[in-house]
Amino acid sequence: MVQQVSVFLENTSGRLAELTRVLGDAGVNMRALMVADTAEFGVVRLICDRPRAAVDVLERAGFGASINEVIAVAVPDRPGGLADVLGVLGEQGLNVEYAYCFVSPSGAAAIDIFRVDDPLRASAVLTHAGIVVVEPAALYVSD
Amino acid sequence: MFQPDFEAMSRDELEALQLERLRATLTRVYENVPTYREKFDTAGFRPDALSSLTDLATVPFTVKDDLRAAYPYGMFAAPMREIVRVHSSSGTTGQVTVVGYTRGDIERWGDLMARTLACAGATPDDVVQISYGYGLFTGGLGVHYGSERLGCVTIPISGGNTKRQVQVMKDFGVTILAATPSYALLLGETALEMGIDVRDLPLRAGVFGAEPWSENMRTQLEETLGVLAIDIYGLSEVLGPGVAAECSEKHGLHVNEDHFIIEIVDPETLQPVPDGEMGEVVFTTITKEGIPVIRYRTRDISRIIPGPCACGRTFRRMQRVSGRTDDMLIIRGVNVFPSQIEQVLTGIPGVAPHYQVVLSKHGSLDHVEVHVEVGPDFAFDEIRALEKLQRRVSAEIASALAISIGVKLVEPKSIQRSEGKAKRVLDLRNEGSV
Repeated sequence: MVQQVSVFLENTSGRLAELTRVLGDAGVNMRALMVADTAEFGVVRLICDRPRAAVDVLERAGFGASINEVIAVAVPDRPGGLADVLGVLGEQGLNVEYAYCFVSPSGAAAIDIFRVDDPLRASAVLTHAGIVVVEPAALYVSD
Repeated sequence: MFQPDFEAMSRDELEALQLERLRATLTRVYENVPTYREKFDTAGFRPDALSSLTDLATVPFTVKDDLRAAYPYGMFAAPMREIVRVHSSSGTTGQVTVVGYTRGDIERWGDLMARTLACAGATPDDVVQISYGYGLFTGGLGVHYGSERLGCVTIPISGGNTKRQVQVMKDFGVTILAATPSYALLLGETALEMGIDVRDLPLRAGVFGAEPWSENMRTQLEETLGVLAIDIYGLSEVLGPGVAAECSEKHGLHVNEDHFIIEIVDPETLQPVPDGEMGEVVFTTITKEGIPVIRYRTRDISRIIPGPCACGRTFRRMQRVSGRTDDMLIIRGVNVFPSQIEQVLTGIPGVAPHYQVVLSKHGSLDHVEVHVEVGPDFAFDEIRALEKLQRRVSAEIASALAISIGVKLVEPKSIQRSEGKAKRVLDLRNEGSV
């Protein structure tokens, strides 16, 4: 299971810039960042090299931040690769709340992040289907 | 009990004492305070005609404007050479009012606050941290003299410098905290940020007052601070803190009836209502020398809780104040007290009990929005969960208040924390259209 940092933001100008500045000043390096928003507020989800440290500095800087468990999957580099992954989850009745994609630190593969209801079971199911579930160590330092 | 001879006296003895003291007070103000002389004369009331406590209902009321008009010393009933202290109201709702105390008033105030602290179980072995503001506000010095009278170790830290407050609480072995409930919550939050869990400290009771608070807030204070949380009541025009306090039964505040006569009146008709019915709280002081008040309309809404209390005190209890007639917001014709919103919020997991009601103008229409902090422990990643939370807050406010109000979720700790009375209503209606 991979630790994702989520931050609640009011939709005010400059708030996202502040967030990234706080992380940058603390020497936290981001691997992926995804913003979801409504008219009134937004949620920033990010994968970074030191999730615990990121939450600590964000909270000290007055942000509401939390850690959630998501699964990371190395998606096969061929047409239909992502469809196969989602197919496996769908067959097992595992609902995907949201997903986003980034290139792995080594640059070799695309990595998809999935937020599912039951990440433990999803990991097991995917592994069983021969899909590579990425270990946290490949993405960040476990702090 | 600090003074069981009074606090547990029989109702007959108490009423005889009240009548005697009331007569003396009415005579004192009639002779010394022009405002009362005029009011009594206009109403055709003569102090020596008072034959029973029920006759009090024929005496004219006193309102805050009377005190404002007499600013600063016009309502004092003692010569200035006998006054040893003055306090003043904060003046947030208009011209400030000034109250004066004789040496005897200060003595009695100490006794009454000692009773209040004893209600929280305080003894001379306790260490009391007084985080109410010291100064013209009655809170700090009021509790201070009571704590010393009882013989507690008294820490006059006043408000502010919250991290230092936490350090003092820990290092000095504080067992009782006196603060506004909103500041007590801030102290708990700050302690956690400093890596200190207040529940691990010797702190065991809190006397909280100076702003209305709810039963849910009590649960939260008791759980996060690990204390017995009791409500204390007072207002500077009547005395300051020490007018009434909850005992450990936590079911209503015993009014110190040997010093104050409480009435509950219908705010419209101004007629007294029977025990048990809600109305505006009216106080008459019967031992004060500096500035007695006669049938003072507090604007606070409460009721008398009928029946005796298991603690043995015979003084009648008033229910915790649920709002003030002048804090009351009229939103699209519905009466709303900020404390009702707090009651709703403290019952919803995922939101913090910090909120602000923001009033603005959209064109010519009043627009109301409640800003609510998302709790620090909420998992922020799902938009759906946040929207669900927002809808739940809206729906529960709508169901409790019978009115629909916009709810805006704001970032944790973004609503300004108060070191004294929390500012729950932000009125932007006179600052142009939004």
